[in-house]
Amino acid sequence: MSSIGTGYDLSASQFSPDGRVFQVEYAAKAVENSGTVIGLRGKDGVVFAVEKLVTSKLYEPGANKRIFHADEHVGIAVSGLISDARQIVETARTEASNYRSQYQIPVPLKYLNERVSMYMHAYTLYSAVRPYGCSVVMGTWSEHDGPQMYMLDPSGVSFSYFGCAVGKAKQAAKTEIEKLKLADLTVKELVKEAARIIYLVHDELKDKQFELELSWVSKDTKGRHEMVPREIAAEAENTAKQALADIEDSDEGEM
Amino acid sequence: MAFMGDMMNPAPFWQNGPAPGAFYNFPGNSASFGPGSHTVQEFKAHSASPITTTTTVIGVKFDKGCVIAADMLGSYGSLARFRDCPRVTKVNDLILLGNGGDYADYQYLKSIIDQKIIDEQCIGDGLQLKPRSLHCWLTRVLYNKRSKMDPLWSNYIVAGIQDGEPFLGTVDKLGTAYEDAAIATGLGAYMATPLLRDAADKGPLDQESAKALVRKCMEVLFYRDARSFWRYQLGVVTAAGVTIDEPTDLKHDWSLAHMIEMV
Repeated sequence: MSSIGTGYDLSASQFSPDGRVFQVEYAAKAVENSGTVIGLRGKDGVVFAVEKLVTSKLYEPGANKRIFHADEHVGIAVSGLISDARQIVETARTEASNYRSQYQIPVPLKYLNERVSMYMHAYTLYSAVRPYGCSVVMGTWSEHDGPQMYMLDPSGVSFSYFGCAVGKAKQAAKTEIEKLKLADLTVKELVKEAARIIYLVHDELKDKQFELELSWVSKDTKGRHEMVPREIAAEAENTAKQALADIEDSDEGEM
Repeated sequence: MAFMGDMMNPAPFWQNGPAPGAFYNFPGNSASFGPGSHTVQEFKAHSASPITTTTTVIGVKFDKGCVIAADMLGSYGSLARFRDCPRVTKVNDLILLGNGGDYADYQYLKSIIDQKIIDEQCIGDGLQLKPRSLHCWLTRVLYNKRSKMDPLWSNYIVAGIQDGEPFLGTVDKLGTAYEDAAIATGLGAYMATPLLRDAADKGPLDQESAKALVRKCMEVLFYRDARSFWRYQLGVVTAAGVTIDEPTDLKHDWSLAHMIEMV
């Protein structure tokens, strides 16, 4: 790394001579080491899937969740340092609540994203603080705007996406997502695709154990963000495992 | 000498407590200067009286749940100002809430309760606020406000399912609270409570008879309460959840009025 030893990477408030802020880039590295998170925006809603790496067998199943609710209608899937991410989720909840108390309507995701982005961006400006080591994907569905999804970086940059992936295997996941006709798929179909992609990009050799977390917010859930019901999630997970097994079988066949 | 603060208006010793010297009020004492020293109130405080008001709310328990009903009128003094003021609402799957009194105070507190429910959903552990907890919380809020001499001008009826059993409780603007099998607030406390208690004493009610009883009370109240209205809401809470019917219109017939002779 060209930054090491140059002294320009010690503070988030200083540029390097070639115009980079190294602390922000390091924060992005923290995200790249985390489990893969994907968000898919379909015809009638948004689906989140998280490859939650389980680092110890001593954890209870379901511990350290990576999908959160920011409000009734907004879901957040996070990757990166979990404690940083929880802080961002807390900020999002506060902003959603403030918006509600002022305007008596659920916060449009556009505005929530703006506020959370500005918050994260503020942590890339000062020498006394470090940037957040997490990326978050926020999604919602409303009758008026349809499905909406944004992904937010440690730098405070955010974009609206049809499909996005972040974390360890984001490249492989993006390649898979690009094959989907997102605008034509319903959330019911997308849950299966999402589960399949997470199983496909999971690296069995490096990270043995993981839990799949699935959530959605759609027309069918009346615009409420919910964890995917157990039976549907189990079915999607089984199909994903089957699809993976089929690929491995056919690989062996070719050999 | 900014560190000494404002010498003419010292900060109180404790919250709501006296400022240094405020007990004595010697001439020339710093406490006799400034806005805090006017003993004669030169303004009328409007915050402690209701503006847009609603009237009675009725609640009654039956064998498997509770019914709440209230009309939809918002009165501006004696003027029937607003005709679409819903005040029987679902809080969550376990709680039905009814309100009477100042409508703005109700809207204010309702938005706080709604946010409480959202906060709870965000935690995502599937636990839900129970009626007795909300009832207790309301007593704390209302009692606290009246203790500041600035009450929320409201009567609340909390109905719900507490651990499988029906719950019905009320809180008034002073924080006075009790549970009962039949509750009516406002003018209804005088006119509907006897009817409700009579019926409840004759044996346990089922859902249909409880609804019929409440409808009868709404009718009686409509004829006798000058701040009431013919359109009302009726909500039911059982273990199956909360349902609030579409607003119902009372059939009223005033032809009998001509037959009454005031002596």
